[in-house]
Amino acid sequence: MQEHDMSWVRTEMMLAQPAPAGVTGLGAWVRKNLIASTGDTIMTIIGIALVAMTLPQIINWAFINAVWTGPNRTVCATVAQGGIQPDGWSGACWAFVNAKFGQFMFGTYPIEERWRPILVGILLVVLMVPMLMPSVPRKGLNALLLIVGLPVVSFFLLVGGVFGLEHVETARWGGLLVTLSLSFVAIVVSLPLGIVLALGRRSKMPVVKMLCVIFIEAVRGIPLITVLFMASVMLPLFLPPGVTFDKYLRALIGVSLFAAAYMAEVVRGGLQAIPKGQYEGADSLGLGYWQKMYFIVMPQALKLVIPGIVNTFIGMFKDTSLVTIISMFDLLGIVKQNFADANWASAQTAKSGLIFAAFVFWLFCFGMSRYSMYTERRLDTGHKR
Amino acid sequence: MGKRIRVCLKNREKGLWVMKHIAIGILGAATLGLMASAASATTLDTVKAKGFIQCGVSTGLAGFSAPDDKGDWQGIDADFCRAVAAAVFGDGTKVKFTPLSAKERFTALQSGEVDILSRNTTWTINRDTALGLNFVGVTYYDGQGFMINAKKLPGVNSALQLSGAAVCVQSGTTTELNLADYFKANKMEYNPVVFEKLEEVNAAYDAGRCDVYTTDQSGLYGIRLTLASPADHVVLPEIISKEPLGPAVRQGDDQWYHIVKWTYFALLQAEELGITKANVDEMKNSPSPEIKRVLGQEADTKIGTDLGVSNDWVVNIVKAVGNYGELFDRNVGSGSPLKIARGINALWTKGGLQYAPPIR
Amino acid sequence: MASQEVLREAPSRASLINDPKVRSIFYQCLVVALLVSGVWWIVHNTIVNLTNLHIASGFGFLKGRAGFDISDTPIAYTSDSTYGRAIIVGLINTLIVAFVGIITATIIGFVVGIGRLSKNWLIQKICTVYVEVFRNIPPLLVIFFWYSGVLAVLPTPKESIHLPFGSFLNQRGIYFPRAIWGDGSWLILVGLLVGIAMSWFVAQKAKQRQMATGQQFPVFWTSLALIVGLPLLAYVLSGFPVTFDFPKQSTFNLSGGFVVKPEFLSLYLALSFYTAAFISEIVRAGIRGVAKGQSEASAALGLRSGQALRLVVVPQAMRIVIPPLASQYLNLTKNSSLAIAIGYPDLTATTGTVLNQTGQAVECVVIMMVIYLTISILTSLLMNWFNAKMALVER
Repeated sequence: MQEHDMSWVRTEMMLAQPAPAGVTGLGAWVRKNLIASTGDTIMTIIGIALVAMTLPQIINWAFINAVWTGPNRTVCATVAQGGIQPDGWSGACWAFVNAKFGQFMFGTYPIEERWRPILVGILLVVLMVPMLMPSVPRKGLNALLLIVGLPVVSFFLLVGGVFGLEHVETARWGGLLVTLSLSFVAIVVSLPLGIVLALGRRSKMPVVKMLCVIFIEAVRGIPLITVLFMASVMLPLFLPPGVTFDKYLRALIGVSLFAAAYMAEVVRGGLQAIPKGQYEGADSLGLGYWQKMYFIVMPQALKLVIPGIVNTFIGMFKDTSLVTIISMFDLLGIVKQNFADANWASAQTAKSGLIFAAFVFWLFCFGMSRYSMYTERRLDTGHKR
Repeated sequence: MGKRIRVCLKNREKGLWVMKHIAIGILGAATLGLMASAASATTLDTVKAKGFIQCGVSTGLAGFSAPDDKGDWQGIDADFCRAVAAAVFGDGTKVKFTPLSAKERFTALQSGEVDILSRNTTWTINRDTALGLNFVGVTYYDGQGFMINAKKLPGVNSALQLSGAAVCVQSGTTTELNLADYFKANKMEYNPVVFEKLEEVNAAYDAGRCDVYTTDQSGLYGIRLTLASPADHVVLPEIISKEPLGPAVRQGDDQWYHIVKWTYFALLQAEELGITKANVDEMKNSPSPEIKRVLGQEADTKIGTDLGVSNDWVVNIVKAVGNYGELFDRNVGSGSPLKIARGINALWTKGGLQYAPPIR
Repeated sequence: MASQEVLREAPSRASLINDPKVRSIFYQCLVVALLVSGVWWIVHNTIVNLTNLHIASGFGFLKGRAGFDISDTPIAYTSDSTYGRAIIVGLINTLIVAFVGIITATIIGFVVGIGRLSKNWLIQKICTVYVEVFRNIPPLLVIFFWYSGVLAVLPTPKESIHLPFGSFLNQRGIYFPRAIWGDGSWLILVGLLVGIAMSWFVAQKAKQRQMATGQQFPVFWTSLALIVGLPLLAYVLSGFPVTFDFPKQSTFNLSGGFVVKPEFLSLYLALSFYTAAFISEIVRAGIRGVAKGQSEASAALGLRSGQALRLVVVPQAMRIVIPPLASQYLNLTKNSSLAIAIGYPDLTATTGTVLNQTGQAVECVVIMMVIYLTISILTSLLMNWFNAKMALVER
């Protein structure tokens, strides 16, 4: 039987043709993404106008006209204001930030002792980086060092008074040192406290449950400033005569308790998302309450709420800026305090300082939120329903 | 298999236990480290035990208490605390400063967070009675004044022309109350622009948010220096209130009250007798019995020990900060950028109000 | 056999220590005991401290003369008023800024949130930059920016910018003419009320008609005409009873008129822009949470993209959006306490001043906390009710 080639499907592949002229290249991209319709075109024009109006000005101010170094206010003031810049000049005074950089980082921490906060910073980075990289092993030890070891070492290093280190009272701490140390400790304290509160809120013991609910809802219902006011003006009256708390410690307690209440709600969300079968399974294995929580429920619940936890961290980091209101000098506080320096008083000083502070805050918060997104993707093990 | 799990569980449990205890330990240590306890002891004993005086100062007011570039506190108020430290320890550096906002200052003193409140605070009867404070004296006689931008407001040369103005003022101060009273009494209108902190008031005034800045006149001179163009601003002649600024201590500890009070008088007495930082050692051998008595060179003197300090306390004070006149000149007077005249803060012998009871 | 008998026996009672019920009661008693003793300790210490230090206590001070002035007074207040009234003024200021802030933040938030999902690349990027910038800096900094920005950009009172309708803009704020309501102006109010009532009626009718016949009725334009037209008609009929007090230049400032101060303006703008960044994220998540089939189906039905968004997607997204939106509203209200940093006399600021003038820290902080808590609880209740109402629409 002769074999007929009956196939009506072509046997060799056709050569790939270039895409039609209209759908590739810059022109097509513009057509698709910028001027797809009349409305779109109008929006694009408005958008371009907006960018054209603001961006050149910002770049001009922040980079081209900016002053980077200088001894005092004269470099940042126009001739009319007693400086050296031509009239009508407007640019960032980074020289101010440059000159005050040490203060912005450490406050009035004694200059010859500044290696101590720097060392703590290096330790933090050294411990934090491997913690954040999923591929590095020995996470448990790392976490223990970071959460327990680092605070202890930092405490002795920063406060001093032992091992021949000079005692530096917390009133001299300031700048980024305060911002970072406050938020780090608040994070370390608030997470376990928040977990305990969340468990308490879901507890079967009515008294415990009620107390947790009252605490969480009361704290979430009032602004942080009120909590800080309480810590700064009311707390001293609650203690027996003669016993006083360091102001830094009071702020720390205030911020931590505040964060714990928010953390509790985030964790509760995770707890609620764990199917009942998991609890029952754990029960049937004969695990006790704490074992059940530690081995079965929490690992799953915490994984679910990582974005929420990081958001709380970010919120807390930003909230530490409020301690300037109770006259502690965190990054924002010390920047604002330096505006009063007659040596640097100029029309640009305040703007430059605030933008510097905003940039530092932004850097940390943005970094945290990006890392959380990365973790979320990595941990997305498909349990989502 | 089951055994392995159990071992594993046990190990992790052990880990939990260890972590829990470490955490408790750290919390305890941290709390102890930052907590100062001194139940039911006199302030002097507590101060001696801890080795320094905790002094409440402002968050930064040039001439009174403001940190310099190195973070050391300078100014009349700061130096006064150094004088007390010199009296108690013989060493003016044994003092630590706590910056306090207007709002926190009284609680900080009441609760024992600071031993002296030396923070340009006005002495009023209410503060002496209802707030549980004891003012020791007046280290600076001040009065509330007004500052305007003469360049923007030419022709204004009296506070009585200020009707309708926007006035920048710090909240929670006696200044705020005097302002309201003054405008009401003179049947003038004004828009208050009130801030919590001095820096914020400065910034707002400098930015042109208000026409007038009001606070204690000494403060106005200090603040003027920090403005973008100080020469444009003038302080109006009117003084609308009495603002006796002085240090305060807690009620209920007479010994400490006396030490702080007499430190202040010793500063005045030293100026009156011409004892200065430079000549204090020579003065010890002065033939004048009064100088000898004040400096504790009299035989069998008990003035210092009766007070609770050493007998050469005045020597220590003057060595540490100088006499009142030196202290004034260095911080706010001719030797400082503020250049404030002595005025009513001169000694009583020179027509001022500063007068010390005899040290004998 | 034996084993069965064992099973049938009543389970042997665990010892008291291991009985979960007993344990639970024991723990709860322990917690209560700890709490009570803790509270007792604090109260005892406070009382001892207050009496030792001769500090006044009690709420009697609220009736005392305040003696200080407040810059923004929505209700009558002078330095002769009481401390209590000063606190109320602060509370009203907080409510005002929170209310207008919430409205503006919601509008900006929705616009930006939808903008981030726009197909237009440029708009999408602009919205993303906005959100990423505002979300990641502290609200306090945003407030400072607006405040220093507002003060730096605006001119001095002498060089005020003239706006339409006799309004002015300068460093001291925006000055509007203030309406003075003369005799017969009640008619205008009646006109407005009738207009609103009639619009509502028209909207109902139009809906019924559309349900029945499919024909649409221009509800929006009719309502607008009614709500604007009727009061206008009343205004003309009652013989132009409303006169205006225009702001005038005086020695220092503009006098007269109605002023919106820069403190309020910057706080309001800062809170709106800051919160809007969060709201936009919520809206984006909400819209993405609506199944794609919904918008495809509406496209298949022939709805334009705007209509699809308005009639199909947003109503469904609202159900996802409302609970987190409620907490953002609460956050905005709480963040309004940052007013203290720029001198807007909100609740925290005025109560703080009272605290300062009277020295009664405990009472003042308690008042502050109780008021904020009440606001929070009321807002939560309201939003829960709204949420329940929205959820009911679901089958």
